[in-house]
Amino acid sequence: MKSALIVFLKEVRENLRDRRTLINTLLTGPLLGPLVFVLLINTLVTRELNKADAPLKLPVIGAEHAPNLIEALKQQRIEILPGPADAERAVREQDADVVLRIPPQYAENWDKGQPAQVEMILDESQRDSSAAVRRVQATLEAYGQRTGALRLLARGLSPSVMKPVVVAERDQSTPQSRSGTLFSMLPYFFILGTFLGGMALAIDTTAGERERQSLEPLLANPVSRGQVLIGKLAATTAFAMTTTLLSILAFSVAGHFLPTDRIGMELDIGAGFAARVLFVMLPLAVLLASLQTMVAAFAKSYREAQTYLSLLMFVPVIPTMMLSILPFKPQMWMYAVPLMGQQVAITRLLRGEMVAPQALLLCFACTALAALVVYFVTAHIYRNERLAISA
Amino acid sequence: MIELKNLRKTFGSGEKKVVAVDGVSFLARDGEITGLLGPNGAGKTTTLRCLYTLMQPESGQVLVDGVDAASDPLSVRRNLGVLPDARGLYKRLTCRENIAYFGQLHGLDAATIRTRTDAAVRALEMEDIADRRTEGFSQGQRVKTAIARALIHDPKNVILDEPTNGLDVMATRAMRVFLKQLKNEGRCVLFSSHIMQEVAALCDRIVVIAKGRVVADESPDALRAQTGEANLEDAFVKLIGTDEGLAA
Repeated sequence: MKSALIVFLKEVRENLRDRRTLINTLLTGPLLGPLVFVLLINTLVTRELNKADAPLKLPVIGAEHAPNLIEALKQQRIEILPGPADAERAVREQDADVVLRIPPQYAENWDKGQPAQVEMILDESQRDSSAAVRRVQATLEAYGQRTGALRLLARGLSPSVMKPVVVAERDQSTPQSRSGTLFSMLPYFFILGTFLGGMALAIDTTAGERERQSLEPLLANPVSRGQVLIGKLAATTAFAMTTTLLSILAFSVAGHFLPTDRIGMELDIGAGFAARVLFVMLPLAVLLASLQTMVAAFAKSYREAQTYLSLLMFVPVIPTMMLSILPFKPQMWMYAVPLMGQQVAITRLLRGEMVAPQALLLCFACTALAALVVYFVTAHIYRNERLAISA
Repeated sequence: MIELKNLRKTFGSGEKKVVAVDGVSFLARDGEITGLLGPNGAGKTTTLRCLYTLMQPESGQVLVDGVDAASDPLSVRRNLGVLPDARGLYKRLTCRENIAYFGQLHGLDAATIRTRTDAAVRALEMEDIADRRTEGFSQGQRVKTAIARALIHDPKNVILDEPTNGLDVMATRAMRVFLKQLKNEGRCVLFSSHIMQEVAALCDRIVVIAKGRVVADESPDALRAQTGEANLEDAFVKLIGTDEGLAA
């Protein structure tokens, strides 16, 4: 084990002297995620808030047929614009979020007490316009209900006749769980940080060493290749974990720059959170380091290794994508799958929910097991005699 | 003492199978310089790689001071000082740190490493570069550092693969002096070369390899007598049967 320690210390010392690696570990790796995140969330939140506050502009065709309806809309701070010639086209081309069309028969039907139809032209696939659509819809429905109630009263009936069932919503989300849905991308940034932090060393200690032609002299020393590999993996893991720790710190600082309170949310990145995240990330760092070293061992040069590892970087995206596309309920087995387990655990911890210690342990143990398997495969490759030969 | 017995090493399989080393046997004695001479691609580097246990021979045996390399590779490596064909340094470490790293891997303590490094720095005349980072070292400075780190554990046996490759005239002369010094210290020195004059000037014994086989294993004088050529270079050409690949 002493030889592994010597290799570890040398790799750490050598790489601490490399500015590129340092920038990767201490700056790009941990800061890239929080920066992108703060920008993204800020833009998103600010836009949503602006939309809710600002008066909505609504093009209306045939406004003259329904002066009362128009008046009701105006009272809800909806600004009425003259309608476009071709409403469908205006919506399709996103010139308008939603267009209201009032047919000439409206007044006639209204006077007869028959349902008077209005048309809303909208595009369901435009996420951007959904807030506007919802608002117009709600205003129209409220106007309809109010009128209905008045008509019932005029006929001597109570408006409650029309409401045999009343639904009262009791939202069970807490401020933290609401931020959780918004922050479901966050675990990916931690995992990405871990990946980026170890990448430079994984390449430098294998493909880089071979390209510099220093691997052959190294292996001529009376040290088993297993020891050399353990030392190198330990150095890669140490850098990866440093990046992870800095990521957590950066996110806890970044949390203060997010307008979370304005949307009634709360992000709790404290010491307890950090400790739990580091616990589940440690075996993952070893796993990723082994994977990166294995992939880099196949490469003939530094550049080739970089190309392979950039492709490998997409692997951690897969569980993130799956979990954000498919709505899920955390199941115990998910903790047993490396990457997915971390994703689920960090997401829940962010939402301020309790994650059972067994779940964290399961996540740790299963990822550690996977890391061990990958380590043995890497060690096997490392024993291949062609590994050391540069040319 | 280094002994090779009927060493054989092949690469690839089937149609593309290449026999790199085909039954090589020779003995390199203590207190002697043994030269492994042969044209490019004759199998010198592969033979040496099997010797310092980087590669495993298909068959045959390697004995270093009587220890079998196949059964105890670690103690064989402990008794060998190796300057491989690849002699890359860690460019972000200084010359001394490069040497110390290998000393530590050999299990030496800090004091021993310091004394031996100081001695090597004097012997190889590298006072000016000892505390510099090795990035930007000249070829000669790199080889000196690589030799110093290969010999940090004071090995009885020294293997050098084309040690003068890429060195200028002065550095080559210094290298020869150094090899003779190692011999006078009673070590077993084995080096490979494709350069005639170098081998002639240095060796007590010449092992000529061509196409993976040993074609001669004699003292320089005996080699001249055996081939009937007064000139060693002519003797060499006669032995390997061609002057192809013979660069001087």
